[in-house]
Amino acid sequence: MSTEFLTIFKIIVSAAFVDNIILARYIGLCPYIGMSSSVANSIGMGMAVTFVMVLASIVTWILWNYVLVPFGLEYLRIMVFILVIATLVQLVEILLKKNVPNLYRAMGIYLPLITTNCAILAVTFLGVDYGYPLFQVVIYSISVALGFTVALILLAGIRERLRLAKVPNFWQGYPIVFIATCLLAIAFLGFKGLVK
Amino acid sequence: MNIFLPTILVGTLGLAFGLMLAFFAKKFAVPTNPLVQEIERLLPGANCGACGFPGCSGLAEKIASGEASPNACPVGGPRVWAELSRLLGQESGSWEAKRALLLCQGGEGIAQTVAEYEGVADCKAAHLLPASFKGCRFGCLGLGNCVKVCPFGAIHLDTESHLPVIDWEKCTGCGKCVAECPRNIITLVPKREQVTVACVSLDPGKEVRKLCSRGCIKCQLCVRTCPEGAITFENGRIVISREKCTLCGLCVEKCPTHCIIRVGEKLALLEVKG
Repeated sequence: MSTEFLTIFKIIVSAAFVDNIILARYIGLCPYIGMSSSVANSIGMGMAVTFVMVLASIVTWILWNYVLVPFGLEYLRIMVFILVIATLVQLVEILLKKNVPNLYRAMGIYLPLITTNCAILAVTFLGVDYGYPLFQVVIYSISVALGFTVALILLAGIRERLRLAKVPNFWQGYPIVFIATCLLAIAFLGFKGLVK
Repeated sequence: MNIFLPTILVGTLGLAFGLMLAFFAKKFAVPTNPLVQEIERLLPGANCGACGFPGCSGLAEKIASGEASPNACPVGGPRVWAELSRLLGQESGSWEAKRALLLCQGGEGIAQTVAEYEGVADCKAAHLLPASFKGCRFGCLGLGNCVKVCPFGAIHLDTESHLPVIDWEKCTGCGKCVAECPRNIITLVPKREQVTVACVSLDPGKEVRKLCSRGCIKCQLCVRTCPEGAITFENGRIVISREKCTLCGLCVEKCPTHCIIRVGEKLALLEVKG
């Protein structure tokens, strides 16, 4: 039991912080830069990503282990996984629109945005590559999404303060955001070696 | 043989997902107002947000519910307004075309120049300086930022006065010069004949008299002259109400510094006295 718990704890820490999907793996940078203009927006995006990431990794894990591997069709996984993710996002959008219109309106543009987000695809691949059982895949995807959200909120906080800062003209806008991202990534380097 | 399995598998998966989506889309369809879709179809669809609502669909909803006026889309202009009005069965009225107008007559020889400016020939740069090379803190610097920014070539600098002249035939009222001018001297006005005060100075009359012979000295003679009561003195500036003004021209006659000008429908300056 305690070894089981330790494995899960390891997965959480390594996925959320040590191998942070954005700041250590550099995946999913477009929504990271695009959606981090305000803290409220970034929380909405984080929620949407968490939701889709967990669902997508469960469905792709099942497809991978019970369809693709038995038939020897591993090379088709990009196609199949993207199909799954796109369908899921659409489905979630339809269901939310009908049942939780408030949440749908709050998520608004973020949901379709993550349809082809590389972070989601990467998590489904990695979950499968690490050979986790289903329960651990769920934990893994939740932790990755947590790391994504944390990084997003951190940058959003910085950007909200940057708006008041006196930035040289040639650094205004995205350049200074990229510099802030670099510094954040360097800070996250401090987690390296935390989990053996 | 090997090609059939993946083809069938991916095909089945795609078909299954597609059918599932189609089923759910039907089952959980949210009824939307058909009028909203009609309105959205007529809007430009650029989702620019210039109307103040989140995208064209946001504006379409507001127009359908009557919270926004059908002329709320500045991009679509009169054409979209007319189409929307037809759709909604409303009168469209006439679209008020706008034109840019320079509210300063302090050119060479009229406004004082107190120093020689040798910096970058750029109004914004000159405006950054703690003091103005022209005596007036409010007047036109005449370095031509508006000329450079105008995408229609409607502005040129007058050779004598070094003030920008706006050609209302070429001007489209896009407002780029309004945003560019560091001293906020250019404004957008309706394209029709009108009387306006061509001075934005907030300095007291005594100061203005020293610095410029065409500045508003706040004597308020026009306020007393106007038979319609269209002219008021508000927050340190003379304001002429376009609604009340009958274009009688009495204020233009009386103004001791000739800073009230009559602006025509075609030419920017119709009548300048003195």
